[in-house]
Amino acid sequence: MSNYIKLIALGLVALFSMMAINYARDIAYMVHAIIILLVSGGLFIWTLRRTDEPAPADHSGEYMDGVVRYGVIATALWGVVGFLAGVFIAFQLAFPGLNFEWAQGYANFGRLRPLHTSAVIFAFGGNALIATSFYVVQRTSAARLWGGNLAWFVFWGYQLFIVLAATGYLLGGTQSKEYAEPEWYVDLWLTVVWVAYLAVFLGTIIKRKEPHIYVANWFYLSFIVTVAMLHVVNNLTIPVSIWGSKSVIVWPGVQDAMVQWWYGHNAVGFFLTAGFLGMMYYFIPKQAERPVFSYKLSIIHFWALIFIYIWAGPHHLHYTALPDWASTLGMVFSVVLWMPSWGGMINGLMTLSGAWDKLRTDPVIRMMVISVGFYGMSTFEGPMMSIRAVNSLSHYTDWTIGHVHSGALGWNGMITFGCLYFLVPVLWKRERLYSLSLVSWHFWLATIGIVLYAASMWVTGIMEGLMWREVDANGFLVNSFADTVAAKFPMYVVRGLGGVLFLLGSIIMCYNLWMTVRRAPAKEASLSVAVPAE
Amino acid sequence: MEEYTLLRQFADSWMLLALFAFFIGVVIWVFRPGSGKTYRDSADIPFRHSDAPAPPEGNDNPATSKEARQ
Repeated sequence: MSNYIKLIALGLVALFSMMAINYARDIAYMVHAIIILLVSGGLFIWTLRRTDEPAPADHSGEYMDGVVRYGVIATALWGVVGFLAGVFIAFQLAFPGLNFEWAQGYANFGRLRPLHTSAVIFAFGGNALIATSFYVVQRTSAARLWGGNLAWFVFWGYQLFIVLAATGYLLGGTQSKEYAEPEWYVDLWLTVVWVAYLAVFLGTIIKRKEPHIYVANWFYLSFIVTVAMLHVVNNLTIPVSIWGSKSVIVWPGVQDAMVQWWYGHNAVGFFLTAGFLGMMYYFIPKQAERPVFSYKLSIIHFWALIFIYIWAGPHHLHYTALPDWASTLGMVFSVVLWMPSWGGMINGLMTLSGAWDKLRTDPVIRMMVISVGFYGMSTFEGPMMSIRAVNSLSHYTDWTIGHVHSGALGWNGMITFGCLYFLVPVLWKRERLYSLSLVSWHFWLATIGIVLYAASMWVTGIMEGLMWREVDANGFLVNSFADTVAAKFPMYVVRGLGGVLFLLGSIIMCYNLWMTVRRAPAKEASLSVAVPAE
Repeated sequence: MEEYTLLRQFADSWMLLALFAFFIGVVIWVFRPGSGKTYRDSADIPFRHSDAPAPPEGNDNPATSKEARQ
């Protein structure tokens, strides 16, 4: 019966998207309507072919790992795409000739830059979060995912969001809000997917068999709930027309700026920190084969982190039209945030106490440990940069970009790589990874890449900040903007090379994971058979 | 009173106090007597049920944490 309702709905969506193609006011909207027509038409045929077929076998006694496997593949692939885009735009900054004349308006820096940020944060990071959260919530709740195929809807719906966002950026469909560039209908679609995600996650927690909700789930849940709230408030727009991608935000002036950075900083705080801390609290104990250092500290870490992070956004708006009290508030909370961040870092690192020898023998745990190390480093650097006096030097310079990348490549990238190396042998029931020495290669390439990236950005950022404020004896500015651009060239090349190393490492990872599935000795003949209880 | 001023005053006083009290309450709750044993058990959750969900009838017999970690 539900299939008939699905067929009617898909037919209506296909009809609407055909009208949308016809009436489209801009190219981004028209291409999106074509994509939606193809997706809804394909789904219509797929659903039709499965209607009135016998119901599939009962899998309630097993975990739902198919969707996690797809999530792992998507994470690895989107990661490579995102890193490649990043390397290309890094060289575009060093060599402007790479903004090709024939691709003007589509593949120049301004169009590709949001493609890079969204690909790494939302496609790579988001898929990692969805896949690991589905894996972790099942294991720590001792229950299969709630909602049947709803988890598959979350996975594919999120991929559709990524495709719509990415194509929209290239074609100029953007509302120009950092990390929230997609236009109104893509935002609405993400809201639907996100509510389904919350339902699957919360439903699984509600039907859990473990009496206690493990701390990793608290972090994941706070990430899902807060991102829903941030996304809705920051994207309250009124479309100009239902047949076009343009929309107008309801927030005026400085309120819009404050809402944007309340969103933007908590995208860092809850998407890239709380969610990934959920990964840390499950996968580091699993890989180290010992429980978390202090469970009490993990609870205090959770409440301190979520109570403080939400206030830190105004530090993005120092010396702007934002009232002084608000930017002081943001600054103070950012500095206070240092403590819970380091509490979490200590908890992650000390989980290895008594097992430090694993650092020598297990490159996967080495990857996880260095990610926590980078987390500690960037959560010290961040509070420091949020102080108004430091910010007056660092803001608008490449120091900010260096800070973001030491956090994103070091913390988010490395912990995700560690989780993928843990998950692939488990999910495909292999005895071990294909090659540990390739993991070591990945580790060193990525680490050296990050060091090159961060160090060159520190140098160029501070240099640029000092050049901008340099005045001569008469009080005139010494340097023009173009002078700073010329002076930054060598550091831009070093940054690009760092990115190349990081990209190479991730390609080695993909090869290693692929060969793990193909060649490593299997534990079980079939993926769908559960391991018998002992 | 203006709406902004009212909300501002509330946020600066009672809401601040309530959130702070909640946070202190959490810290005290975490260190309540006997919590160490409970939390040691909670910290072992990742080492149970890693292959299959708990069976429905409640005859769940998870491996002890020592066995599960081997």
